[in-house]
Amino acid sequence: MVAKRIIPCLDVKEGRTVKGVNFVDLRDVGDAVQLGQYYARSGADELVYLDISATREGRNTFTKLVERIADGINIPFTVGGGISSLDDASRLLDAGADKISINSAAIANPSLIDSIAARYGSQFVVVAIDARQMDDGVWRATTHGGSRPSDKELFAWAREAEQRGAGEILFTSMNHDGTRSGYPCETFAALSEQITIPIIASGGAGSVADIADVLTRGRADAALAASIFHFGEITVGDLKQELKRLNIDVRC
Amino acid sequence: MIAIIDYKMGNLRSVENALKRLGAEFTVTADADVIRSADRVLLPGVGNAAEAMENLRKADLTQVIRSLRRPVLGICVGMQVMCRHSEEGDCDCLNIFDSHVKRFVPTPELKVPHMGWNRISNLESKLFKGIDGGEYVYFVHSYYPELCPDTIATTTHGVMFSAALKYENFYGTQFHPEKSGDVGERIIENFLKSV
Repeated sequence: MVAKRIIPCLDVKEGRTVKGVNFVDLRDVGDAVQLGQYYARSGADELVYLDISATREGRNTFTKLVERIADGINIPFTVGGGISSLDDASRLLDAGADKISINSAAIANPSLIDSIAARYGSQFVVVAIDARQMDDGVWRATTHGGSRPSDKELFAWAREAEQRGAGEILFTSMNHDGTRSGYPCETFAALSEQITIPIIASGGAGSVADIADVLTRGRADAALAASIFHFGEITVGDLKQELKRLNIDVRC
Repeated sequence: MIAIIDYKMGNLRSVENALKRLGAEFTVTADADVIRSADRVLLPGVGNAAEAMENLRKADLTQVIRSLRRPVLGICVGMQVMCRHSEEGDCDCLNIFDSHVKRFVPTPELKVPHMGWNRISNLESKLFKGIDGGEYVYFVHSYYPELCPDTIATTTHGVMFSAALKYENFYGTQFHPEKSGDVGERIIENFLKSV
């Protein structure tokens, strides 16, 4: 059985990781490589680095940073944020990224998935879907951080992304993101019925129980989290031990 | 000197970085003479097996690889092209390992690609010196080599398949040792020093 994956997500702004606090044994929590190595040592299965730079200069710094991450980390890592062309994907692949995550750009131009997957393989392409459940009950994919609903319905869009060559779906419920109230597990389970590629659950984890729930009842293959790790509430290692006690197959 | 064969099948950077972390000297090459004179040869590869075979043919490397007598390690698609045949593109491969490469059939319970950390068991080679059966390594693939007499490690994803193969001086891993944390680094180190 392939183990359920735990994936810390690190936000990078102008070349520095943001949000991390409370790591007494790290000299520089703003250093993306050191923080990543810390997570890798504590049992992270993969890492996601999300570039939230607002400037072109920040983006260039990020590419340099990806090279340093690739040099220093011996587990797979995904990079995302601002990838809107095959050239962007090529630049990050050359820098050493194992996977790229695309979101708004794939909604605006779905054939971007085809072109990146055809060139570098499905394993390289994660399609991130930020979906919001509307008043009529329909889950709609959104862009621009959840602020703009698109014409894509969650399930249809996930199926389309798979057909176009996505290797994984990273699904965030914008109704739950940041609330720390848990994941919409029924929706995750329903999504799992519709596609055969792995699903990464993101947004909403407030406790170990929430993560256990989405990996079992929600049938997600991996859970991505940021704040519960960054603020030192629980280490990746302790989380995995807890999940193991709950009979969830994790690597630890 | 270690030779990493560059045959335009995906990025070699992660393999290069793993060797750098181990302090090993290497060269990235498609030159037959350099490959023939190397102490160790690595054949990485990500992507489509039929395309990988085509690229090896174009680079005139199929016979070169088959004739090597020093240790060779194929990784992922690099291992698959060392098998007999692959269902991916219905292609005949290098026929070093007596294994047939098949596609995983997805079901609601079986995600394809097989992506993530899975256990290796039935370890039967110095390649796994110091590594216990049941350790986790990182896989990303939709096709798998069947079990065969050359199997030296097994993994199960719906079916049990060859996680690693060995025939004489040829080794192959379906998983990515260069992405498998400390366990993977140990496997690469074993390949460099112990086989």
